Amino acid sequence: MKRVQFTNASLPYLLLLPQLAIIVIFFYWPSAQAIQSSFYLEDPFGFGSTFVGMENYTDVLGSNEYASIARFTIAFTLLVTFLSLSIALLLAVKADAVLKGSSTYKTLLMWVYAVAPPVAGLMGVMFFDMHIGPFLKVAAFFGWDFKIGLNYFDTAFAMVVIAVWKQIPYNFIFFLSGLQAIPKSVREASMIDCRSGFRRFWSIILPLLAPTAFFLLIINMTYSLFDTFGIVDVVVKDKAANNPITLVYKVYMDGFRGGDLGGSSAQSVILMLVVFVLTIFQFRFIERRVHYG
Amino acid sequence: MATITLDTVRKVYAGGVEAVKGVSIDIADGEFIVLVGPSGCGKSTLLRMIAGLEEISTGEIRIGEKVVNKVDPADRDIAMVFQNYALYPHMTVYNNLAYGLKNRGMAKDEIDRRVKEAARILEIGDYLDRKPRALSGGQRQRVAMGRAIVREPAAFLFDEPLSNLDAKLRVQMRVEIKRLQKSLKTTSVYVTHDQLEAMTLADRLVVLSGGNIEQIGAPIDVYDKPASTFVASFIGSPAMNLLKVRKGAAGLELETGSGLTAANPYGRDRYTLGVRPEHLSLVEAGVPAGALTLKATVNVLEPVGAESYLYASCGGTGQEIVIRVESHARFEPGQEITLTAQAKDVHFFDADTGRRVES
Repeated sequence: MKRVQFTNASLPYLLLLPQLAIIVIFFYWPSAQAIQSSFYLEDPFGFGSTFVGMENYTDVLGSNEYASIARFTIAFTLLVTFLSLSIALLLAVKADAVLKGSSTYKTLLMWVYAVAPPVAGLMGVMFFDMHIGPFLKVAAFFGWDFKIGLNYFDTAFAMVVIAVWKQIPYNFIFFLSGLQAIPKSVREASMIDCRSGFRRFWSIILPLLAPTAFFLLIINMTYSLFDTFGIVDVVVKDKAANNPITLVYKVYMDGFRGGDLGGSSAQSVILMLVVFVLTIFQFRFIERRVHYG
Repeated sequence: MATITLDTVRKVYAGGVEAVKGVSIDIADGEFIVLVGPSGCGKSTLLRMIAGLEEISTGEIRIGEKVVNKVDPADRDIAMVFQNYALYPHMTVYNNLAYGLKNRGMAKDEIDRRVKEAARILEIGDYLDRKPRALSGGQRQRVAMGRAIVREPAAFLFDEPLSNLDAKLRVQMRVEIKRLQKSLKTTSVYVTHDQLEAMTLADRLVVLSGGNIEQIGAPIDVYDKPASTFVASFIGSPAMNLLKVRKGAAGLELETGSGLTAANPYGRDRYTLGVRPEHLSLVEAGVPAGALTLKATVNVLEPVGAESYLYASCGGTGQEIVIRVESHARFEPGQEITLTAQAKDVHFFDADTGRRVES
């Protein structure tokens, strides 16, 4: 690491200032606001607020609706993370076998990542649409009367598919470059040491990919929990009704549609805690098993 | 323990580039063969074809009696030591050594016995629990060797295993590899571009150039009787002096000027004449002139300690030659000297093909 000596002691802080300002204004300040308002019952029209203590929290945690949405969010997060990681890994391994640094091919494969979540959601909704969706014909062929927006399971299915589809290219690129960073001679040495390609993959390739996989695991969890907001929004079209939604979407619904700023804030704080615990867990228990080359 | 036979082996890449052009070598059981040549001569490709890491375009490779052209690398009963060691970075030294044995379904106590034995031979017993990144270059090299030894394979394949080490360690490991190979008596094929490594290690040398074999033979035979100007200039350091000569009034003369007298034993019109730096001596009082004499002008003296190398030009300014002189000799730039060499030390090569002329 190169050491740089600053002649003026305040210069490094000055250079950090823009980044710190962004973090404080867009992350810490709203968080502090959320924590504060989670203890108040706000008037929807802004005519004042009443301190209610922990009541917002007890309301949320005692609600059946919240529990069922939380269950869906957990299932959704696990499914999306698992599927987008495993499908991307499979594709990357297959591509790595034939691909020797062809960047046009790589660019084409990661194209989907450039699509914004709401647009991806919209495309997905078209794909699953009750009137024009091509997927319906496939589903009908298997005797599946697919009804997005009406059937809870069908809507959840569409959400998972769209979210996974959206995330695969991102994971793919990381896995592919991770695979290509494994020295050729290490692969060759393992070919001499082990005949079974499947076994080589589990004992050599996968452990060497672990740092990439761990990074992607965190990114994908966060993505499934939070960044899928746009996809959920397009699929349920702002009217959740009986359809599955994630916790983040409920924060939005309650806060901006329901006008319950206090309850919505309490939910945000709960989510913050979840992320906090999740991060500690990931670093304490999963990262230990990761070998950094 | 096995013989390795290469029968007109060729490697043609998809683009049409021919890396190996019909090479045949018979390697005896327990023999140490060194493939040597400049980069791009096809030596590594040849080794990788024996290992099964490159496909064989045409021809046949046999290990023992078995044709291995289509055999998986893991089933060829060979072990390979790579230039950059190719250790598994996430495994301890012990597991690096044991990995190939585990995959072959060997019993745990047998694996343990072999790993401990190899660790003892290579003196890496203290590092068995470490990961490769906690080892020095020399230690990694030992682990890579250990991974080959534990397998007790029919043949060792070495792909420039010492070129990532510093000079001192390289000499040390070179000696160890030789001693190890002599005690294990395992057939070995070793690739290097370093002629000194090749000379010191090989039972037989295979000098390659442009995908062809230039010469096969014991190191000293290759040194004494290089088959071509290529081998002559590649084997030996400093390289052999090569002079363009033609038939003159009496014997041979330089094409670029005067100063050389030599007999013309084969009666041809033109040759490339070769004399090693260590076979040229100064004509002084008491030293009789040999089959060849050469007048030259001193340019530079380069002392290397045990000896010195004198650079001089001959035939006007036509060509620079190198002469080995004793370490405390003194010469001035511009000094005129007369050199001589014995008939047995003068090599004749065809002026056009570069092949050795012996009749």
